[in-house]
Amino acid sequence: MGKTLFDKIWEKHVVQSVEDGPDVLYIDKHFIHEVTSPQAFAALDKKGIKVFRPQQVVATADHNVPTINQHLPISDHLSRMQVDQLIENCKKHDIQLYGLGHPYQGIVHVIGPELGITQPGMTIVCGDSHTSTHGAFGSIAFGIGTSEVEMVFASQCLLQNKPKIMRISVEGKLNKGVVSKDIILYIISKISASGATGYFIEFAGPAITSLSMEARMTICNMSIEMGARGGMIAPDETTFEYIKEREFAPKEQQWEKKIQEWKQLFSDSDAVFDKELLINASEIEPMITWGTNPGLGISISGLIPVAESIPDEGERNNIIKALHYMGLQEGKSLKGLAVQNVFIGSCTNARIEDLRLVAGVVKGRRKNANVRVLIVPGSQQVAAQVKQEGLDQIFWDAGFEIRQAGCSACLGMNEDKIPAGEYCISTSNRNFEGRQGAGARTLLASPLTAAATAITGVVTDVRELLS
Amino acid sequence: MEAINIIKSRFVPLPVENIDTDQIIPARFLKATTKEGFGKNLFRDWRYKGNNENQLSQFVLNDETYSGEILVAGRNFGCGSSREHAAWAIKDYGFKVVVSSAFADIFQSNALNNGLLPVTVSEVFLQKIFSLSNRSILEVNLKEQTISISETGERESFPISAYKKTCMLNGYDDVDFLLNLRKEIEKFENLN
Repeated sequence: MGKTLFDKIWEKHVVQSVEDGPDVLYIDKHFIHEVTSPQAFAALDKKGIKVFRPQQVVATADHNVPTINQHLPISDHLSRMQVDQLIENCKKHDIQLYGLGHPYQGIVHVIGPELGITQPGMTIVCGDSHTSTHGAFGSIAFGIGTSEVEMVFASQCLLQNKPKIMRISVEGKLNKGVVSKDIILYIISKISASGATGYFIEFAGPAITSLSMEARMTICNMSIEMGARGGMIAPDETTFEYIKEREFAPKEQQWEKKIQEWKQLFSDSDAVFDKELLINASEIEPMITWGTNPGLGISISGLIPVAESIPDEGERNNIIKALHYMGLQEGKSLKGLAVQNVFIGSCTNARIEDLRLVAGVVKGRRKNANVRVLIVPGSQQVAAQVKQEGLDQIFWDAGFEIRQAGCSACLGMNEDKIPAGEYCISTSNRNFEGRQGAGARTLLASPLTAAATAITGVVTDVRELLS
Repeated sequence: MEAINIIKSRFVPLPVENIDTDQIIPARFLKATTKEGFGKNLFRDWRYKGNNENQLSQFVLNDETYSGEILVAGRNFGCGSSREHAAWAIKDYGFKVVVSSAFADIFQSNALNNGLLPVTVSEVFLQKIFSLSNRSILEVNLKEQTISISETGERESFPISAYKKTCMLNGYDDVDFLLNLRKEIEKFENLN
């Protein structure tokens, strides 16, 4: 029987198997940030041990950093302590840190790929659920808790049970105005926020393989939002082309050798998956969420479901609760809903291609006067590219605020919060209650939809502005 | 890690599905660098109104008629962020067991790594628990892998990996296990 892409990588990383128990899985790359690492470092110190393989750990500060005046000391005392703690821990354990002020600093899932650290066939972990992003390169990448961060520090390994594997194939061609964010929001709306719990997902099919690496990252990034441990896409020429000549990419002879290895990373034609799902790309329209989990989404021309029509009681109660929190009415369209905030950022959609999409819509236009628009590039390198391409001028002319790199209003940990009761159309990944600030109401959508809405001030079908 | 076996206690019901870790502990409380003290902000925005300490009386943690070491919640509990602070907050508040009909994967690992026992029951059994009075007692027996309702004697078994069960029963920690493997890990590195 053939092997899946997942099987091939997993098997190569099993150090040993515990009888009737998990596998000891070797981890190639470990990304860390300031929020989920301090307790793991403290536990090492308590045991009197050092990080086992510091050269395989890469750190950045992203979750809890301000996005303005990053050259000044962080004004929030607790945030400053946490970021300082990361600096101290990295120094003590000889870990490479791309901290505030470094030209490589940025959201951990943006900088790993852009520096060429993320490569096919690797096992990659980080104390962050969106580590699934790195799976776009054909690696096994998943989020872990702080106890597991400690385990990887101590041994470069984790005890893991092999998950089940689901293949989601997206056939056909994408419609105009539809981008990778819409694909993943559509899939989650079909299988629900828990539909892939216990699974690792391989995304396949022509609508996936025709995507750029950055678009693929958006898809894998949100695998966790349907409960999956991670998502992955088999590497191909697009992948190799992206990695080539990046800072930490293999060079010369090593590159040739790696390419040959990477070309073996695909699911065999007779590989058996625990579950298969087929999606037709032509059915996908620009998507938007109306509820308080990423599975509660509709197409931009669709209607919010009517609670009574849902047979399952638990699901019906979810909908009623979500509608109440969001201040929305069942059976209605979201189009025309006035929004007060637009957030363009996060590890889902803050890469250069995302910002080019936004610029394409807003060029020569100005935002609606009632909307506040925040653009937070995913990394210092993305920010530099924005300037180099002159996109910053388009954004300033449109009345957008451009900030410095960080997670920002995606999770409401720093000052970038959405006020209670206000709507925010956001290119991020989670619309949970209070995610963007206590009482904030989040509508998840693509960079195109967010840009169109910034211009009109109301939820807008971007196709109307494109034509 | 603290060992755990039999927990017999009243329970706190939270009949809501898809409770994400942002509800369990909002991001603005993740600035601490220690594991202690998160319990006071457990379910912060469901417990209190605004930034002051005004309790929302209808929320179950503010209702003195409910108490116990067992939290019972709707399916897909702990979805979203991998923040282990969620497990720390539940533990710090005083819960030792969380019962649901489904847990998100990362939350489940985090709970197990902190001696907080996740007990997965059928949807039918979960609804049965929700229909009980606030004085009812649940008994969770890890060794037997069972959960029972004291007043009716109804019982269900729950799954847990043999390895994790041994860890929980004895208070073992994966880090110690892995540290003992460092030689084998080095060997593996040299071969690859």
